[in-house]
Amino acid sequence: MTSPSLPGGAAATPATGASVPAAGASVPAAAGSVPAAAGSVPAAGASVPAVRLAGIHKAFPVHGGDPTVALQDISLDVAQTEFVSLIGPSGCGKSTLLRVVGDLITPSAGIVEVNGKPASQARLDRDYGMVFQAPVLFDWRTVEANVRLPLEIIKTSGTEQRKRVQEKLDLVGLSDFMRHYPHQLSGGMQQRVAIARALVFEPALLLMDEPFGALDEMTRERLNGEVLKIWARTGTTVLFVTHSIPEAVFLSTRVVVMSPRPGRISDIVDIDLPQPRNEETRESDRYFELVTQVREALRAQHGGGASAARTRAEGAIG
Amino acid sequence: MTGAAGSYQTPARRRPFAGLVDGLRHHLPAIIVFLVVIAAWELIAGSSGRRIIPPPSSIAGAIVRESDLLWKSAMATFTEAIGGLIIGTLVGLAVGFATARWAVARDILLPVAIGASTIPLIAVAPIVNNWFGVLNPLSKMMMAALLVFFPIVINVTRGLVEVQPAQLELMRSYASTPTEVLRKVRVPNMLPFLFTALKVATTLAFIGAIVGEYFGGSSTVIGRIVLTSMSSGSFDLAWAGIIIGAMGAIASYVVVVIAERILIPWNTAVRAGGP
Repeated sequence: MTSPSLPGGAAATPATGASVPAAGASVPAAAGSVPAAAGSVPAAGASVPAVRLAGIHKAFPVHGGDPTVALQDISLDVAQTEFVSLIGPSGCGKSTLLRVVGDLITPSAGIVEVNGKPASQARLDRDYGMVFQAPVLFDWRTVEANVRLPLEIIKTSGTEQRKRVQEKLDLVGLSDFMRHYPHQLSGGMQQRVAIARALVFEPALLLMDEPFGALDEMTRERLNGEVLKIWARTGTTVLFVTHSIPEAVFLSTRVVVMSPRPGRISDIVDIDLPQPRNEETRESDRYFELVTQVREALRAQHGGGASAARTRAEGAIG
Repeated sequence: MTGAAGSYQTPARRRPFAGLVDGLRHHLPAIIVFLVVIAAWELIAGSSGRRIIPPPSSIAGAIVRESDLLWKSAMATFTEAIGGLIIGTLVGLAVGFATARWAVARDILLPVAIGASTIPLIAVAPIVNNWFGVLNPLSKMMMAALLVFFPIVINVTRGLVEVQPAQLELMRSYASTPTEVLRKVRVPNMLPFLFTALKVATTLAFIGAIVGEYFGGSSTVIGRIVLTSMSSGSFDLAWAGIIIGAMGAIASYVVVVIAERILIPWNTAVRAGGP
């Protein structure tokens, strides 16, 4: 079921061919309910990986010392409409990797492509939406104006702007709050606004950096369900960074386990839970087996006797 | 999706005057203390017969007696102060934008601004009066502008430069141009800083105008009235002038507060009450 990380090109994806192509193969129930991604996905469709990482290295220079290697020889392919989580202890480079995909950090070496284009081009073409750990909303704009922001930048027409903003706020269930200011909303609601904003120009790829990390467990579980519903309805590919093992297993089609110093992929776990997933999924035996599998993959990173990674993995909720 | 359990209020589009009425109610104790002080002042000053700090009643009398003169002088002084406020703010904004945009401008202009702010106004006053003409209101406006400039430029620069890095990262993910970042992020971020500076600047503008008047000017300005009536012993008129001057400064402060609530309603609602 699990395959250890294999650097280099397509071999990095699980060796079994069955789970590589259109994610519909490993997620049968979703195939009918996951429509083709709208907007910027090229006509080549499922044959072009949504994200391709090959040999990514990233080192940060350090004053008077050896550079910190945040990422070492990372290779990973994410197929269209997959939901891939990156999980690992602090310092494993998962947030750095996400930002490399988003062209917010330039790798020291390696190739990163989004939908067949270099990541820098994908950023200029606005092929992805990003949700950060903090909602990063603008205090001075209402909820509606915040969600509208990306459309203003890409200069969509006024009528189209209004239509899309309404749609996305409906999607996250906040259309009653259009005229509110961010400070009037709870943390969970602010994050939902941030998600609506990330989706408003209907990107093919969604990058999420621990978006629910600052929220309480109940809100987090509820928002997990929301994200899955949105994923099913929009057919967006999602790359999701998290600290939480249950969250990673519940949401993903694959969980990529990373280890620190230097940051690298140590394991990839296929999640074969059926779609659509719901509260019952969280109570199923298979779910617990997979959570255990991921936890053990995290523990295995430092081999016997290493307490730091293990306690961190256990400290991560689950 | 059920309504979230999170705390939220109805939209904060409160009318600015609603806030003022609430503020008045909130400040009732202070108002009462103020009135008690006035009453005590009346009793003590009246009975001890001292002339230098006349009782409120004789000050009120002076205001009524010389209402024409005081009105004309108040208008003249207020014009100087407000004119100086406008000039100082415009120049401060221009320099603030320049120093935020170009590091070179920052290196040149900021030290000059800091240096200028340390020169005592009293030393500069005769020079400014000479330069622009002692009877010309512009000389007093320039005094006011000199005092207004520094807090404005510092706050505008801060507001434009000190933006949350996460917001800049967000804009980068949208491949925005620096101009878009300026318009959509930096300028709105700067507005609360600007209003804070304006609140300080209105008071400084009045100080600048009146101190300028002390060093020479037409006779129908507050500063000269205070000066001449002090030296001729009519302290009630002098105090009338001082109080009118103070009221002008307070009134413009209140105007800035109201303008802030109209223009940046999100800001005053965020901060837990208070100016």
